[in-house]
Amino acid sequence: MTVAVVLFPGSNRDQDMIDAVAHVTRRAPNTVWHADTALPASTSAVVLPGGFSYGDYLRCGAIAARAPVMTDVIKAANDGMPVLGVCNGFQILIEAGLLPGALMRNASLQFVCKTVDLTVQSNSSPFLGTFAVGDTWTCPVAHGDGNYVCGEDALKELQDEGRIALSYANESNPNGSVADIAGITNRAGNVLGMMPHPENFTLPHQPSQIGARMFESLLSHAA
Amino acid sequence: MQHFSARLIITLKNGVLDPQGQASTGALKGLGFGSVQSVRQGKVMDVVLSAADETGARADLTAMCEKLLANTVIENYEIKTVDQMETASA
Repeated sequence: MTVAVVLFPGSNRDQDMIDAVAHVTRRAPNTVWHADTALPASTSAVVLPGGFSYGDYLRCGAIAARAPVMTDVIKAANDGMPVLGVCNGFQILIEAGLLPGALMRNASLQFVCKTVDLTVQSNSSPFLGTFAVGDTWTCPVAHGDGNYVCGEDALKELQDEGRIALSYANESNPNGSVADIAGITNRAGNVLGMMPHPENFTLPHQPSQIGARMFESLLSHAA
Repeated sequence: MQHFSARLIITLKNGVLDPQGQASTGALKGLGFGSVQSVRQGKVMDVVLSAADETGARADLTAMCEKLLANTVIENYEIKTVDQMETASA
């Protein structure tokens, strides 16, 4: 299992992600620069970390989604490789067209930095296989633009196809997302985008290690 | 090739929540502008480009909006003006 963590100008949660992936998979991930034209040949999963790529210019994730390396990320995703986007990474996956909808300014207009409760609505993603549907766990969020919106038809499609992977539970929706959506997958299930930061609840010194189960799920999936 | 200066207007689609516009609405009311009913915030972009003719320029601008400048899930775009320029501009 060799994970590639893609680094964009303005990524700032990359080291948290690298540490979390290395801790759980016991193998340092490859760091891939946005201007590279290809993922390393050994790559078996891709993670887009959080941050403020390109200063959130134009729209969050919009410029990063058109970076040279994304051509190969999109190809890998369409070929079935597990791809995880966290926070800004989720925004990038949406802007790249790998996931539907849009992430807009939080309804409160406030940047939120706190923990929320998440319920696993679908565990078909390679990153959620060790969870049971209905499991509820606590996870940090830190974002200003996490308000998931999509058209009514797109929402019905997500619901009917079981593509809402994670939802905010216990009235902890921090951003006004429609249907309390915290994370969604593509149709094939291999691409997961989510606003919360499981990598910040993974390492021994962090308040909880529940987030490690997402990376353990990836290991189980690959085994 | 001719040079053109174009103005693009990008607005949020109807029904898409615009918290920034709502905040401005509230602030205007706070300043005593009781007449204000709503504010919707959008973007204006001025693009200078070269093309064989205006039709070509409009086709390019449309592709630019579709591929990058607008997110058509939540935004509408309009090519407001396309003016031919005398000389190239930086």
